[in-house]
Amino acid sequence: MFWDKEWETLSRAELEQWQLRRLRSTVQHVARHVPFYQQKCAERGLGARAILSLKDIRRLPFTTREDLRATYPFGLLAVDRADVIRLHTSSGTTGKPKAMFFSKKDVAGAADLIARCLVMTGVGRGDVLQNMMTYGLFTGALVMHYGAEKVGLMVIPAGPGNSERQCLLMQDFRTTVFHTTPSYALYLAQFLKERGIDPRRDLSLRKAYIGAEPYSDETRRKIESALGVKVYNSYGLSEMNGPGVAFECEHQQGMHLWEDHFLIEIVDPATGNPVPDGEEGEMVLTTLRREAMPILRYRTRDITSVIRTPCPCGRTHRRIRRITGRADDMLIVRGVNLYPQQIERVLMSLPAVGHSYQIHLEGLDELIVKVELADASFDGRVEHLVNLQREIVERLRADLLVKPRVELLPPGSLPVSEGKAKRVFDKRIL
Amino acid sequence: MSTIKEVAVFAENKLGQMAIITKVLADAGVNIRWVTIATTETFGVIKFLVDRCDEAFAALRQKGFTVSLIDVLAIEVPDKPGGLFEVADTLRKNAVNVENASGFVTQSQKRAVLLIEVKDIDRAEQVLKKKRLRLLGADEALKL
Repeated sequence: MFWDKEWETLSRAELEQWQLRRLRSTVQHVARHVPFYQQKCAERGLGARAILSLKDIRRLPFTTREDLRATYPFGLLAVDRADVIRLHTSSGTTGKPKAMFFSKKDVAGAADLIARCLVMTGVGRGDVLQNMMTYGLFTGALVMHYGAEKVGLMVIPAGPGNSERQCLLMQDFRTTVFHTTPSYALYLAQFLKERGIDPRRDLSLRKAYIGAEPYSDETRRKIESALGVKVYNSYGLSEMNGPGVAFECEHQQGMHLWEDHFLIEIVDPATGNPVPDGEEGEMVLTTLRREAMPILRYRTRDITSVIRTPCPCGRTHRRIRRITGRADDMLIVRGVNLYPQQIERVLMSLPAVGHSYQIHLEGLDELIVKVELADASFDGRVEHLVNLQREIVERLRADLLVKPRVELLPPGSLPVSEGKAKRVFDKRIL
Repeated sequence: MSTIKEVAVFAENKLGQMAIITKVLADAGVNIRWVTIATTETFGVIKFLVDRCDEAFAALRQKGFTVSLIDVLAIEVPDKPGGLFEVADTLRKNAVNVENASGFVTQSQKRAVLLIEVKDIDRAEQVLKKKRLRLLGADEALKL
């Protein structure tokens, strides 16, 4: 099913032609209205006329999150303030926030992308979406909300947390799809189980849109089997509208990135040079349709690769693979590079392991993984717990090439997060 | 069937856990007859033999503890030299492996009791009875 078949199946040649045209007008737009880009382009002696092919994008400057903070609050605004109809901010963990502005057209554009995403997964009028992301300055909930209304779903703006109420809403209003983070989905599954609610028998859930934190395919399967839903991976970031940048279709094999709105590059995170076609690297995105705040070559810090083969669904917009990590999240332990997602993948592949985990780095490069036991796995025997702990150590060591210390904990020992989960605690004295 | 039930609790190995758990049992009006604790560096499993097993289980579960009920056999061990050997020998000869065991001697009645956990509890029961070793039922074990 298509929301906008013409755009979604546009031929590659036409799509690229459109991208080039939009890239040139975006450069022209920012060079005229945004002093930050004016200066950067002047330093390089660039104008819109310098962009002759899509490859010329490499001549344009990168934009980093530090640039967004440094120009806060209005530095990257490209239209008159009176033309802005919405503000979102993204706090990040340190320092000043980043401000994101939307014109009327931008709000509509973001909603339109969500509409494509939802329809692509097979929902429509009559479906009930329980939106459990945080409403407010965070883009996650509102952007999804507008898109879902556009398609004609009934939206329950539940917001995050308060599992008791989430559960009640699901039962009373027959929620069919929901939108949340992977950690909250897992928590909710546990919560329902404790209350004796069987989602397959007692609820009407069909699909879940899970995003805002990177997660592994093992976690996806865990959520699918615990809640009896199909889980679609959703990728977005506040700097690029929020959710709806890339999304899985019914085939659940990578996320279609809407290339008429965003130009994608994959670069080596260390050098910024393009990586060979199809290889993994940091994703760099340029907005092609945004008015209020276009961004050139944004360093997302997200590590992924582009799938080169076409998707059986018929969409021409290329797919990206599940985010394997954030360039910033990469940990170096005893000289070995590893991503928290690698650890998660191993943990979630073990049925006796519960949903929550934490990664601690302490002392002189010691890796400690704290993980909860799945509640049903406790049979009263300490030997079984010791064996499981040993198995986790072995599996992690084989995958990471670093031997961790594993602390197995009773279910519910680790704090539950309702927003983005904090999982890595680096307290090394190096 | 002479199996009796113990309540096993999975707890973090940290200060005050035992106090918190026993408080829950006290508040539920459960009397503890026997306790064993197995710990590792980070966690422990505490097993209780209590007078009201289901209440203990429910109270701990309700307070968010990870609990499990396990079946054990309570064997009356002749209180004389070689008494425990007789039990152990019977189990060995019948290839019944003991996963966990704990024992106590009651002062008042001069009786010794061994609690054992085994994989095949029916078989263990059968071989012990055949050897004329006495297994205590829940009522009897709790009255000691």
